[in-house]
Amino acid sequence: MRLEVGNIFIKDVQFGKKTEVKSGVLYVNKDELCKVAGEDERVKSVEVFLARPGESVRIIPVKDVVEPRVKVEGPGGILPGFMTGVEQVGSGRTHVLKGAAVVTTGKIVGFQEGIIDMKGTGAEYTPFSRTNNVVVKVEPIDSLKQHEHEVVVRLAGFRAATYLGLAGKEATPDEVKTYETKPLFEQSMKYTHLPKVAYVYMLQTQGLLHNTYYYGVDVKEIVPTFMYPTEAFDGAIASGNCVSACDKNPTYVHQNSPVIEDLYAQHGKTINFLGCIITNENVTLMDKERSSNMTAKLVEFLGADAVIISEEGFGNPDADLVMNCNKIEKKGIRTVLITDEYAGQDGGSQSLADSTPLGDACVTAGNANQVVTLPKMDTVIGYPEVANVIAGGWNGSLQADGSIVTEIQVITGATNELGFHYLTAKTV
Amino acid sequence: MSKKRIVHYINNFYGGIGGEEKADIPPQKHDGKVGPGMALEKELGDAATIVGTIICGDSYFNENLEKASAEVQAMIESFKPDLVVVGPGFNAGRYGMACGTVAKIVDENLGLPVVGGLYEENPGLEIFKRHAYFVPTGNSAPSMRTAIPAMAALAKKLLAGETVTEGYFEKGLRVNYFAEQRGSKRAVDMLLKKIGGQEFETEYPMPAFDRVAPMPAIKDIKKARIALVSSGGPVPKGNPDHIESSSASKYGKYSLVDIVDFDETNGETAHGGYDPVYANIDLDRVLPVDVLKEMVKAGEIGSLHDYWYSTVGNGTAVASSKKFAAAIAEDLLADKVDGVILTST
Repeated sequence: MRLEVGNIFIKDVQFGKKTEVKSGVLYVNKDELCKVAGEDERVKSVEVFLARPGESVRIIPVKDVVEPRVKVEGPGGILPGFMTGVEQVGSGRTHVLKGAAVVTTGKIVGFQEGIIDMKGTGAEYTPFSRTNNVVVKVEPIDSLKQHEHEVVVRLAGFRAATYLGLAGKEATPDEVKTYETKPLFEQSMKYTHLPKVAYVYMLQTQGLLHNTYYYGVDVKEIVPTFMYPTEAFDGAIASGNCVSACDKNPTYVHQNSPVIEDLYAQHGKTINFLGCIITNENVTLMDKERSSNMTAKLVEFLGADAVIISEEGFGNPDADLVMNCNKIEKKGIRTVLITDEYAGQDGGSQSLADSTPLGDACVTAGNANQVVTLPKMDTVIGYPEVANVIAGGWNGSLQADGSIVTEIQVITGATNELGFHYLTAKTV
Repeated sequence: MSKKRIVHYINNFYGGIGGEEKADIPPQKHDGKVGPGMALEKELGDAATIVGTIICGDSYFNENLEKASAEVQAMIESFKPDLVVVGPGFNAGRYGMACGTVAKIVDENLGLPVVGGLYEENPGLEIFKRHAYFVPTGNSAPSMRTAIPAMAALAKKLLAGETVTEGYFEKGLRVNYFAEQRGSKRAVDMLLKKIGGQEFETEYPMPAFDRVAPMPAIKDIKKARIALVSSGGPVPKGNPDHIESSSASKYGKYSLVDIVDFDETNGETAHGGYDPVYANIDLDRVLPVDVLKEMVKAGEIGSLHDYWYSTVGNGTAVASSKKFAAAIAEDLLADKVDGVILTST
């Protein structure tokens, strides 16, 4: 499977009469975007705002971030199972408005939603302070339960990103990257001198607002399966969860799945990247045992010499991470794990809820309990008072002067366990 | 620039006030240096002066922990120091514990850096290492020769505002920083080293865990007193103690006397890790009070402890959970509880 990704660099975003890309500027027709995002009888109102890097703007509570992409050639469309049918994606050509992002906000759904600051301390901790954000504030009709509210906002964000992505359809990309993975036997024979590497891609599926979708299917319901790496770039995996903001994977991060990108960077040079195994993080022991057994089996089936295993979330999924690690290592296949830590605000507590001596190669995305002060922003899009209740904040986090004292747990993408950001931790 | 101010804490033996027979003396303060402070000040050179020395017997300190801590803290504060030095305590157990406790109160209450010296097996080290820069020493006083220069060197760096990264026992604290490469790239690099048989360094050494052996089964459940403890966040309606939705800093203790059944008016969950709708409609789903009250009535269990204890497990540090559990356990023991139902989510 071969995919060309054409990146159209977006340096700025502005409102305009027509939604289009001109000289690196994304112009957005506000009314049209509001209308598209609001095409759901369960939506009461939609407002659109812009938030650019360096501006004194805070977005709170952040639900999801989605990258505007559009399919230019080849089967299917972006976000299959939601925005298009379920044709196989991951081949042909996809255009990306690189540097732009849709950020959804609105009344709080659950507790585990995030903050994006475009300036100051908070901006350093979120990768989404560097994107030109089109913020879509969606309010649902009254009387929706939390899980229905989540669906409404998620779909509104997808519609908004799809609408903006269309602006890239006719544009000429500033760069084109090509990614290719052959069918297994062929791929396996291609670089026989290089170690064969696979990627075990764990997806958050604890349920009750903790869901991830693959072609529209709730991943909780699947057994682990193979995926061509390029499928992710077309939005085959979509976020539907309200896990703590720091280490949930927004849809944007799946679309730019960083382990896949960095394995491709070594593909044919130092490794032979065979493909991905997607697996879930369900809550019952039987599910955990079944999924980790199957994952280890599929890794073996691929004939991989080594894997990277990434986690999503913390606590309960630490058990899945450890099971996957143990079972794969015991087959003589080497592992590197990516996780984050909950070591307490002073950093003195143990960081994970489960552990294994076989997990001897571990990348950490940092301690989510670290406390920071986020300075006051001139503009707040959303509801600042939820800083007192979202996961990582406490009653009193929002200060009288508008600053927020909180754990970095509240910051979208701060300790992303796909390795999308730069934070890490060490012992002193 | 004026010299920085150091206060030195030592025990009665190093303070020249007798031996074991004087180990019960309460803390006393002296202006300037005493005992090992002589050599320490010499090593410090122009960087700092020892403005005061606190001397206390190890028995007194350890037997009057709270009182001694408060007294020593007040004495230290009176000198307005920039840094505190404790010991070195070598492998002396009670002296190590006293040095460690002083380090803890200075670190937590005064926010000042602390430098000390301990032998690797001193019990005070494991408990208090997070609160001070303890340089490794030999197990007895002859290693004073090497301990003092090492402690002085660390103190000088700290007083100069430098970041110190070596020359002491790791505090065991995880500290965040931004790496040059993103996490996924670091993972690929580590993988290449691991499969290439090269040396690699994990970013997080996985811990060895405590395992708690289960208690023997209750012999006669019909006579047993049962309590309810939960990390699922069940609280009275309104969350009166404001237990946090994640990374809880406390637990709550609430009376069960007037509750026979939870409904939307008397209970809810504070937990931020799951959809709260069904818990808020009927909190018995998280804390099965209705069933237990029926079982008491029917004589299926002996009795129910009058309170339930609740915190939020979501992202809460294990160290905090241990602290809550120790306090809750005291309460349960005092009420002669035989068995506890622990619910999570």
